[in-house]
Parts: sequence; C-alpha cells; structure tokens
Amino acid sequence: MGFPEEKHLKKKAGWKEIPIGGTITTAGSSMLNKTGTWRAFRPVKDDSKCIHCFQCYVNCPENAIKSDGEKIQDFDLDFCKGCGICAKICPVKCIKMEEESKFIE
Amino acid sequence: MFMSKMKPLTGAYASAEAMRQINPEVVAAYPITPSTPIVETFAKFVADGKVDTEMIRVESEHSSMSACVGASAAGVRVMTATSSAGLALMWEVLGVASGMRLPIIMSLANRALSGPINIHCDHSDAMGARDLSWIQIFSEDAQEAYENTLLAIRLAEHPDVLLPTMVCQDGFITSHGVQNVTIHDDDVVKKFIGERKPWKSLLNLNDPVTFGPLELTDYYFETKRQQEEAMMHAKKVFLEVGEELSKITGNNYGYFEEYQTEDAEAIIVAMNSTAGTAKATIDRMRKEGKKVGLLKIRLFRPFPYEEIGKALSKARTVGVLDRSASFGAHHPLFSEIRNSLYDIDSKPKIQSYLYGLGGKDIFEKDIEKVFDELLEGNTGPTKYIGLRE
Repeated sequence: MGFPEEKHLKKKAGWKEIPIGGTITTAGSSMLNKTGTWRAFRPVKDDSKCIHCFQCYVNCPENAIKSDGEKIQDFDLDFCKGCGICAKICPVKCIKMEEESKFIE
Repeated sequence: MFMSKMKPLTGAYASAEAMRQINPEVVAAYPITPSTPIVETFAKFVADGKVDTEMIRVESEHSSMSACVGASAAGVRVMTATSSAGLALMWEVLGVASGMRLPIIMSLANRALSGPINIHCDHSDAMGARDLSWIQIFSEDAQEAYENTLLAIRLAEHPDVLLPTMVCQDGFITSHGVQNVTIHDDDVVKKFIGERKPWKSLLNLNDPVTFGPLELTDYYFETKRQQEEAMMHAKKVFLEVGEELSKITGNNYGYFEEYQTEDAEAIIVAMNSTAGTAKATIDRMRKEGKKVGLLKIRLFRPFPYEEIGKALSKARTVGVLDRSASFGAHHPLFSEIRNSLYDIDSKPKIQSYLYGLGGKDIFEKDIEKVFDELLEGNTGPTKYIGLRE
C-alpha cells in the first residue's frame, strides 16, 4: 500500500513507517486532506436568486462547487477554503460569505 | 583482462576520469575556480562522445543543484562539481537534495569563502555545509579524489543510505597539481559501479509519486529522524563498499588513515593534502627517533567519533590542524576530535591549530614545529601556523 492511507487521518504514522524524504506514494491522496477546515468564511447561496450561470463553478480555485451538469447544486465544504471568489463573481449576488463561527454547533 | 594505467594527472582531471567511468546520465554544473577543470575536462568527454551524459549548462550554482535535484528525482545518476561561493550559493538546495534523499555526487575543490575574495584553498566551504546531511569524504591526493568518487556513488545509492555525497580535495594544491594517478580498468570499474536502481522515479507513470511535498508540524520531524538514521547507516555501508573497492584498487578505505600512530606520543589530526606534508615530516622525524604520527580523516560526515577516540587514546598529546575557522567556537575538526575523546578514560592532551586560511602554505618545518610542541606536552588556547603577528 502507499502512503498516506485513510487510517493515517486518525493516527499519524511514525518515522519508521513513512516513506523516505517525505515522498507521497499514493496517487490522488489530496482527497484525504480535508482542507475545508482552514475556512474562516463559509459561502451561503440563496437558491431562489441563482440563475445557474456557472460563473462561480468555473472560477472556484478548489473545484469545490458541485453541479449535476445543468444546475449549480451546493458547496463541497470538505475542500472550500472560504476565499469568497464565488460571492465576488456572482452576477446576481446570490452568494454571501458568512462567518464560520456561526455554524459551530 | 585487468588493466590499470598510471597517468600524470591533476586532481581535477582524476575526478573527471572517475566521472567518465561512472558515465552519469546528467551533469549540471556552473564553472567556478578551482573546480572548473573538473567540469571542463568532463565537458570534453561529452563533446568527444566518451560518455552518454546530458550536460546541463546552467546560469548559477543554485540552478545547477536544482537541476541535479530534478534529474535525480527522475531516477538517474547525477553529478556536479563546485567550490567556495558556488557551494554557498547552492546552500538552500543542498538541503533539498538530502531532504529528498537524492544520491547526487559532487566533487568539491575546497576553496576559501569570500570575503575578502580569495580563490585559494581552505575548508570553509565544506565546513559551511557540514550540517546539511551530505556525506563528506576528504581526499589527500589526486588518487584518493579519483577513488573516493567511485566509492561515493555506491555509498550514496545504497538503499539503506540514499544521501547525497561530496568528495573533497584541496583546491589548486590537489586539483591543479599533477601527480601519478592509477586509473583502473574501465570495465572493472563499471562493473563495480553498476547501475542506479531508484526506489521511486518521478517519471514512472505506472507508479505515480510526489517528491518533495509540504510537511509541516505533522511529519517534518519524522522525516528528519529518518535522515539521521540514514547517516548512521552510511558509516557501516562506507566500510562495506570500501572493502569491495579495495579488491580492485588494493588500497584501504577506513574512516581514517593511521600513519605511524602505533607507538606515537604525539599525533597530528589533519585532512586533505596537509596529510601528505605531515607524512613526509613524520618520516624524517622518525629517523631522529621521535615518536610522532598522523591520523588523517577520510570520512567527516558521518563522523566516526568512537573509532577516532579509540585510535587517539594511546597518544600523550594530540594536535588538531583546522583549515577553516569557526568564529566564536572551537574550530570544526578540533571540535569533533575533542568530542571523540570525551568517553575515553585516559584522555590525551589536545591542542588546536589553525592554519592555511585562504591558501596560506604549510611546510614541513611548520609541522615539525607542531610536533615538537606536542612532544613537549604543553597545551593551551588555539595556536596559529604561518600567521604574521
């Protein structure tokens, strides 16, 4: 098996277990690294105003906006870092950036 | 048929001969005195079709080491050469090379660091890089510069090691001085060298990997601990590879060479070409019945503390000759030798000498004076050889 694996999310590997030189030997392993935790602001969309122009979709640097191919659906909060480009680019201003702290349960 | 040929060569040419026999896939280098003739000679081998190497002409040493890192990560054999300010400009990337565990081989023609600007020999360039996780091997003469380069390839690429290695020789004194050098048979050497078998290759699309990613508080420390372990492995592998090379060359490759130390009351510790001057002095002083000897360091990183401590334990006084200064601290070699003696029960007295900075000559009469002082047994603060008051 390569490194990292799913199990390393819960328990980090020791120095004898990891490949040398910091080498990552699992392809596509960035899927395991949920960078959405870095977010300070969260995008919130008013679905009633959205015209599905896909401007947010093509401009999102993290590919964190979900679509079924015809309509904009939701945000992938595992990877959205809250940069706010989608809110800025939206021609009908249907995306607002809300403080992440509001969503802490 | 085993054929060795003796040729009159400079240290630089001898290093280039080793490179020719190694035939690395990539050499990326930027010329700097006194390492220039190494790369210049090798470039001629490339132009003459004697090697298959892709020679990358870069715009600086930072770029040459960067190109070496990329090529080595791709999985091929990579070599370079430099001196002084060139090594200093590589500094950032030297750590990348070792941190990524890339077995790059460098010929270093030791030269003083600026400023004042100076092109001549001292060891301040190599000593500035001593904590960057590069294996460092020092060479007394052209023959050793040649053979240590062959040894370095096998050592660096060993699966338990995988660390870059620099082979040092004294700039001008060795790099430009002509000596008789025995170049061993091409086929025999090539068989010894073999081929690099990278554990992972950046260009292998069937086994995609990421080299050199970001590691923060989560894994950086763990990666460095591995590196430390690899350096310790290098000590063991150095002797193993040396033994194998010894069958071809007939020479020995210990961590250090002991010359007339068996019954010596006074022992000088030195590196590179000064060891030769010391041997000549010892031969003369021995005829006068003086019990003097030399311990010449070959492997400086990893440093063989325990073995050196044992080797020096029987001496009455040890003099350590440093060709570079550590300002505000014990000089580099003295510091290591003093450390080596800590665990020895009957410690010899020890004296630090600084000499030869910026290429200042050291003569037999200087070394004789050192031995006489050591035999008297008086030790104190650092003494200076060849310095005008």
